[in-house]
Amino acid sequence: MADAPQRIEQLIDLMARLPGLGPRSARRAVLLMLKKRGAVMAPLAQVMAEVALTARDCLRCGNIGDADLCAICRDERRATGEVCVVENVADLWAMERGGAFKGRYHVLGGTLSALDAVGPAELRIPLLVERVADEGISEVILALNATVDGQTTAHYIAEVLEGAGVAITSLAQGVPVGGELDYLDDGTIGAALRARRRF
Amino acid sequence: MDWRDEGVLLTMRRHGESAAIIEVFTVAHGRHAGVVRGGASRRMSPILQPGAQLDVSWRARLEDHIGIFTVEPVRSRAGLLGDRLALAGLNAICALLHVALPERAAHPHLWVMTVALLDALGASPDWPLAYLRWEVLLLEEVGFGLDLTRCAVTGTRDDLAFVSPRTGRAVARGAAGDWADRLLPLPACMLGQGGADRVEIAQGLAITGHFLTRELAPLLHGRPLPEARARLLELLARSA
Repeated sequence: MADAPQRIEQLIDLMARLPGLGPRSARRAVLLMLKKRGAVMAPLAQVMAEVALTARDCLRCGNIGDADLCAICRDERRATGEVCVVENVADLWAMERGGAFKGRYHVLGGTLSALDAVGPAELRIPLLVERVADEGISEVILALNATVDGQTTAHYIAEVLEGAGVAITSLAQGVPVGGELDYLDDGTIGAALRARRRF
Repeated sequence: MDWRDEGVLLTMRRHGESAAIIEVFTVAHGRHAGVVRGGASRRMSPILQPGAQLDVSWRARLEDHIGIFTVEPVRSRAGLLGDRLALAGLNAICALLHVALPERAAHPHLWVMTVALLDALGASPDWPLAYLRWEVLLLEEVGFGLDLTRCAVTGTRDDLAFVSPRTGRAVARGAAGDWADRLLPLPACMLGQGGADRVEIAQGLAITGHFLTRELAPLLHGRPLPEARARLLELLARSA
C-alpha cells in the first residue's frame, strides 16, 4: 500500500497528458474512477489494455482497426470505386457519423506544410497513387479542411492524379447548415456565392 | 508594453490545447510573434489563416516577452483557396517572409508592396511579374539590392543582358564575352521593359533565387529556400 499514492500520482500525471484534461481535471477523473473501481476503473483498464494490444493502422487506408485491413476496407459493399481522402482518422470518423458516404477512405496522416517540413513522402500520398492505379477507383473525393494547408494539399493531390483517369472532386465550401450570413467571414460568403446553384 | 498595428499573418502553430502562436508581418513592428488565446478554436480558425490581414494588438509585461495578441480580421484571403497558382503564390510569400525577415524590424515599404501583391494574386493576370518584383524588393530589404542600372564592366546602360552571380550587377551583352555562360540571363522585364512571359519570369526568379539562397544561407542553416517557393516555380513553369 506504500506505493499506492505514488502510483495514483503517476496515473494522474498520465491522465493529465490527455487532450481536454489538465492536472486538476485529471485528479478529479482519477478520484471518480477510484470511487467506482468496479464499475468504471476495472473495465476501463481492461478495455484499454485490449485496445493497446489489438489496435493497428489499416495497411490500405490508414484508418484505425483491429486487423491488417480495417472493417471499411474489408467490406465489399463499400467497393464503390469512390475514395474519400481525409486528413486524419478524426475526419474519417466525422464522415462516417454523417453516414452519407458509402465508399472507402484514404487517410493522409496530415497536410503538406513547409513550416513543419511535411512533404508528400511524409504523408500517404504515394500510397494513394498506388491505390488509384490498382483498385479500379473511378472518383477521388478530396475532403480536406478548407484551410491554406488543407487546400494546398488538395491541389497537390489533384496534380499528382492528373492523367490517372479518375474524376477528382472536392467537398463544397460555403454556408454551413444553421449558419447565419451575418456571422460568416467574407471568405466563406465569397466561396458560397461562387458555388451557388440553381434553386 | 502594448501597441496596435495592422499585419499579414505568416504562420500559425497550435500552442497547448486552445491557444496559438502566430507570426505576423506588421507595418511598424515588422515580423512579430505572439500568443493568441483561443487561437486554435473553431471560431478563430478561419481568421488565423496565412495571408489574412489582421488588426493586431500586442501586450506584454516586458519588451522581450513573446506577448499576447488580440486579433480582429481585416481581410481574408480565403478566395484564393480554389486557385492553385495563386495559393502557391500566397504560400511562397508567407514562407519567404518567415525565413527572410529579422524579427521586430520594420519594413514599411515591403509591407505595402506585400499587401498589394496579395491583393493582386488571382485577381490580375500579371501577378507573377509583380511577384518577381516583390522578390527583388525583398532582396533589397534584406540588404542585397541588385544593381541593374548599368553594366558593371563598361558602364553602359544599353543592351544589358546578364547579371553577375557574384556581385548582382548587370553586364551588357557585348561585355560578357567568354563569361556569358557563367552569368545569369537578365530578362527585359527586370529592367522595366514591358510585360513578361513565363520564360522571362522563370529567368528572373532564377536570379532572385540565386541571391536569396546566398543571402539567407546563415538563416537557412544549409537548407534550401522554402519548399513553397519551389512549388510556385514548378507551377509557373507548367503553366507556361
